[in-house]
Amino acid sequence: MDTSDPVPFRPHVAGTQPPYDAPPYRSTGLRHPALPVVPLPHTVTETTGPRFSPAQFPAVADISVVDGRQAVGERIIVEGHVTDEDGRPVPHTMLEIWQANAAGRYAHPGDQHDAPLDGNFRGTGRVFTDAAGKYRFVSIKPGAYPWRNHPNAWRPNHIHFSLFGPGFASRLITQMYFPGDPLLALDPIYNCIPDAGARARLISHFDIGITQPEWALGYRFDIVLRGRGATPVQTPDEHEEAH
Amino acid sequence: MPIATASQTIGPYWHLLEDKSWADALRFGAEGERIAVSGRIVDGAGAPVADACVEIWQSDPPASDSFPGFARAATDKDGVFRLVTLKPGPVRGRGNATQAPHLAVAIFARGLLRHLVTRLYFAGEPLNETDPLLSFIAPDRRGTLIARPDGAGAWRLDIVLQGADETVFLDV
Repeated sequence: MDTSDPVPFRPHVAGTQPPYDAPPYRSTGLRHPALPVVPLPHTVTETTGPRFSPAQFPAVADISVVDGRQAVGERIIVEGHVTDEDGRPVPHTMLEIWQANAAGRYAHPGDQHDAPLDGNFRGTGRVFTDAAGKYRFVSIKPGAYPWRNHPNAWRPNHIHFSLFGPGFASRLITQMYFPGDPLLALDPIYNCIPDAGARARLISHFDIGITQPEWALGYRFDIVLRGRGATPVQTPDEHEEAH
Repeated sequence: MPIATASQTIGPYWHLLEDKSWADALRFGAEGERIAVSGRIVDGAGAPVADACVEIWQSDPPASDSFPGFARAATDKDGVFRLVTLKPGPVRGRGNATQAPHLAVAIFARGLLRHLVTRLYFAGEPLNETDPLLSFIAPDRRGTLIARPDGAGAWRLDIVLQGADETVFLDV
């Protein structure tokens, strides 16, 4: 029987994650813990996590089309690599994505923004990284939309991403932004991340190499999940991506 | 060295992802002791958190093709989530410790720039007395992690995001 402790994920680098209490983002006011969070040394509960296979959860890699009909908007290809903090690819891991349509409206009953829905756009997809940690999907560039956080508040264009990675402690939900968006400087959700470099890494890069001639603009968005332990050289670990 | 990507809120429209069948970890035919787990999430004003995403993960029983070990549910208009899974058994802790049966719980919502992590233990488990995490938490707050029986095979754990009776959240 294996009696060694599981290799924990490393703590986040200071300033690179947003705080729970962030007054400029009003909804944090009554939802952040007022008491300190309790440190938990990682056990098998934290170092392992769910596995999702495309056989059980089929990929939906082109969300610009519904039943063969094109959504309205600027077609885009989003591509990138998922690695850990040691630069190792995270292969065969699931990414869930969701976003507003080109007019800045979600196909969600809670979104009452006065902008048109698009019957050919649901705005939700699922893709898996390949053996090298690479993912790719096709979509429509999402529009900006107003929200009521403060007077004249608008969210910058963004796509939501959800990843699991190798353990429950590597779970990540984030947002990908677009280069050159003037709303980023005004957005509390983006600016609540203290570290400027960490903020900038949420902005995708236009990439002519991903761009497909006569068809769609390409953006690159690389994602980094937490690395493990202080000892990069470790014994084979059955919790690494096995399938 | 690369640095882990920053978290951002799941926002109010995450239900676009939701597949309601995911609330039932037994949907692939797993056999064992079925349990239903529910709870109500409230904010610092006692108002229901009606747009949260609640996920559970357990390393016991081990995940397999018939048992994902994972489930996800939305809270309803009253802030209530409902999940179905298998009753976990004890799992090994660090060193030679034994952890009492528990579920890992992650809470995502508008207003949470990072998700909250907590655990759900089960009232009446003898191992609760020696569980490393429960033992570390002040006795007056320990109960915020321990679900109570709520009918046959059903357990209930309410979650308070802020204020008096605030749930113990974990830095993982």
